[in-house]
Amino acid sequence: MAEDWQAGGFGLYVHWPFCQAKCPYCDFNSHVVAGVDQERWARALVAEIRRYGEQTGPRVLGSVFFGGGTPSLMGPETVAAVLEAVRETWPRANDLEVTLEANPTSVEAGRFRGYRDAGVTRVSLGVQALDDESLRRLGRLHSADEARAAFGIARDVFERVSFDLIYARQDQGVEDWRRELGAALALAVDHLSLYQLTIEEGTAFGARHAAGGLKGLPDEDRAADLWEVTQEMTAAAGMASYEVSNHARPDAVCYHNMVYWRSGDYAAVGPGAHGRLTLDGQRWATVAHRAPGKWMDGVERTGTGEEERTPLSHEDRLTEMLLMGLRLREGVAVERLDRLGWDPAPARELAEAGWLRFEGGRLAATAQAWPVLNAVLRELVPG
Amino acid sequence: MTDLARIRNFSIVAHIDHGKSTLADRLIQLTGTVAERDMKEQLLDAMDIERERGITIKANTVRIEYPAKDGHTYILNLIDTPGHVDFAYEVSRSMQAVEGSLLVVDATQGVEAQTLANVYAAIDADHEIVPVLNKIDLPAAEPDRIREQIEDIIGIDASEACLISAKTGLGIPDVLEAIVTRLPPPHSGDREAPLKAMLVDSKYDPYLGVVVIVRVIDGVLKKGQRIKMMKTGGTYDIDRIGVYRPAMQEVAELGPGEIGYITAQIKQVRDTRVGDTITTEKKGTETPLPGFKPSIPVVFCGLFPVDSSEFEDLRDAIEKLALNDASFSFEMETSAALGFGFRCGFLGLLHLEVIRDRIEREYNIELITTAPSVVYHVHMRSGEMIELHNPADMPDPTIVDHIEEPRIKATILVPDDYLGDVLKLCQDRRGIQLELTYAGTRPLVVYDLPLNEVVFDFYDRLKSVTKGYASFDYQMIGYRQDSLVKMQILVNDEPVDALSMMVHRDRAEMRGRAMCEKLKELIPRHMFKIPIQAAIGGKVIARETLSALRKDVTAKCYGGDATRKRKLLDKQKAGKKKMRQFGKVDIPQEAFISALKMDG
Repeated sequence: MAEDWQAGGFGLYVHWPFCQAKCPYCDFNSHVVAGVDQERWARALVAEIRRYGEQTGPRVLGSVFFGGGTPSLMGPETVAAVLEAVRETWPRANDLEVTLEANPTSVEAGRFRGYRDAGVTRVSLGVQALDDESLRRLGRLHSADEARAAFGIARDVFERVSFDLIYARQDQGVEDWRRELGAALALAVDHLSLYQLTIEEGTAFGARHAAGGLKGLPDEDRAADLWEVTQEMTAAAGMASYEVSNHARPDAVCYHNMVYWRSGDYAAVGPGAHGRLTLDGQRWATVAHRAPGKWMDGVERTGTGEEERTPLSHEDRLTEMLLMGLRLREGVAVERLDRLGWDPAPARELAEAGWLRFEGGRLAATAQAWPVLNAVLRELVPG
Repeated sequence: MTDLARIRNFSIVAHIDHGKSTLADRLIQLTGTVAERDMKEQLLDAMDIERERGITIKANTVRIEYPAKDGHTYILNLIDTPGHVDFAYEVSRSMQAVEGSLLVVDATQGVEAQTLANVYAAIDADHEIVPVLNKIDLPAAEPDRIREQIEDIIGIDASEACLISAKTGLGIPDVLEAIVTRLPPPHSGDREAPLKAMLVDSKYDPYLGVVVIVRVIDGVLKKGQRIKMMKTGGTYDIDRIGVYRPAMQEVAELGPGEIGYITAQIKQVRDTRVGDTITTEKKGTETPLPGFKPSIPVVFCGLFPVDSSEFEDLRDAIEKLALNDASFSFEMETSAALGFGFRCGFLGLLHLEVIRDRIEREYNIELITTAPSVVYHVHMRSGEMIELHNPADMPDPTIVDHIEEPRIKATILVPDDYLGDVLKLCQDRRGIQLELTYAGTRPLVVYDLPLNEVVFDFYDRLKSVTKGYASFDYQMIGYRQDSLVKMQILVNDEPVDALSMMVHRDRAEMRGRAMCEKLKELIPRHMFKIPIQAAIGGKVIARETLSALRKDVTAKCYGGDATRKRKLLDKQKAGKKKMRQFGKVDIPQEAFISALKMDG
């Protein structure tokens, strides 16, 4: 019998933990440092890839994703070295997707061709907003014009381009967002990630919000209105959501992220990176040292950047499969849930009430359930 | 035994913060009763809560030896009485056990309502009273004005008041001398008569068992004696006898006029009653001391553990506290909202707070306290009368003839500027004005008020409308019929028993609306909309609707988030288990805690 992860595929995540400046809303593992020894980092990332390669053995790799931090601060030769190691380690799918997250500045756009030559097939641009005032409030270093220019270059250089927008920002009304989203959809874009601004603890926004700052953030009702407008407009433009916050033309779905949502396996290298690996029938959660220095030290001195490796129980796996899978319009294969020994009773009850639907051997959230998916999950997951 | 003429027994009457404990400390210190190195603040207040709040809950006593200017050494026995209206009966017994009082008034503040209540208790006990003006060293002190105020309001001569600073020690020798020269010795006392002693108070000591504070009237208390409590009928053998200095010091006997302690293998404080008469089992006195009253709880509320698994711990804590407090009553209560807990009776709001604080602090149990309720007299059509301690037990209104509620006489002293607000507050709370006079320059307001309005949030409101400048005291005056109804709160059409309350019909709608609005804020949105209603009988008097949840989804959830989101979900599931379920509605604990808070 095929192992469960194969239903989700196999990908590699590479974390580049450095940024030019920390964005006030971002709770990702990112660090601002003066100079980075790119060769040394390339060697360490390569060493980690080889280590995972030995553990997984030869399996077909479907995607590589450079995330961060700001991976567009990597030199093209660093990216090339990593991808070279990838080619030596795993057999690749014919349509291997290689995504790199990039800031839409002119400097970074200047490296796009280099990335393409190294093997990158897709970029995801952190555009975030289409007006300068909003960009300034989000602490971004680029202007709206610069972002449009970078997008144009990316379109010319790469097969596939996606960009991110953050909405439900301070003082953003429904009409403001309608105009902005309309402008975004008018660009020749095949994939869009549309995130509602979330105030995370441990960020600058989190601190300001806790101190009573950040006035004008939408309340729940306005956030819901903004969500509804988003669903309507993207569907009308042929870019309906395939995941809670992700929209694509049918042929442009991001394979790499699908690995996460479909509970596939992913090796993860770089500081703070989280992976999931099924080895000898046991699924493991791996996590690397978060601090760049500590991670580097681990790789160079002890031969591993991993801090912890935790076996996942059937219950953990079930929770993750529902938590991740119901974010997808396609939902989760019931057969996989069955194999993990789930109790379908709560799901049936929720289906009865119109929150979930069983269809074609799959369990999926209904349109009314999506904006309140966390509440549905609280009813659904075991424990 | 000491010659009666060389004994002075006294208490100190003062408002909170006017310096009672500091003065007591100074008296003890100046007479060398405690070595300098053992001095600590508020020597007599034993409990943390007493020290922290500056209040006295249990009576304490200390024996001071004072070599007076006349060349004789006197025995001064100070009884530090509880100072709060909740303990009015205990105060009256302590007052009966001594012959005089020091009336301590802050020379910068003047007389407060609480001082009045206690000074009247002293006057009722026929005390000689020596006024003492404290904090005389402060620039804001106005001794002349305060002297006048004391004469005006209390009607005692204040011309020879002692002027002191308990903090610096200024004037303390004068106070000691005044105790000896101006307070009377014990009025009578016959060493040969049958034993007659007053049980002033008692407390539990983990090593000694119950320690009883006694004042001997006639006869002699001795070690080994077999004694009898005349009210409870209990008989015991005295195994220790002594005095507080303020540490315990054993003595051979206590004779007429003396104050001290005994231990007698008494297991629980509950077996002793404040105000009871102690005599010998054989050949004892026939006539008990007058004035004994059993203490009766007047305010009730439910105490529930926040974590329902702590119910047995709560039972244990309550039983232990009850052993040490005869005035505190409890019985088990089950609430659909709050699970298992106890319906507890208290002497008043302070007593309630003290017990609740002690459970939370000493036993480490987090509590939900339901809205305090008074005892209603429900007269049935059948002629039967039921004492209603819990609104949940209210009988069907169709078989009720009428309901009576307890009323109090409230005495409020308030600066002129806030008089209008205070009068309005009293009127709003269904008060009937009895008096409006001036205590010197300050208005003195006396109102007849329903106790249930007072336990709700009266004191907090009073503090807030007067910016803390009013002082307030009350006494129970009896029961009166009024138009009272039980108001229920329904969440998603299910009654939430813990939120039921008795209210006056005219105030029901306002109270109901406030409660519904508050709950709408406190209950999180669910996946469906939830009606929140206040109802009397079947009739809805207020209604709010909590909209259905519209937006709760994580924006970003990728490979690096799976672990964190899974753990978050597990945590939320665990949190959900701690919520109270009403039909399909989960109500968080905090919602009950906030809704039941007495801030209206």
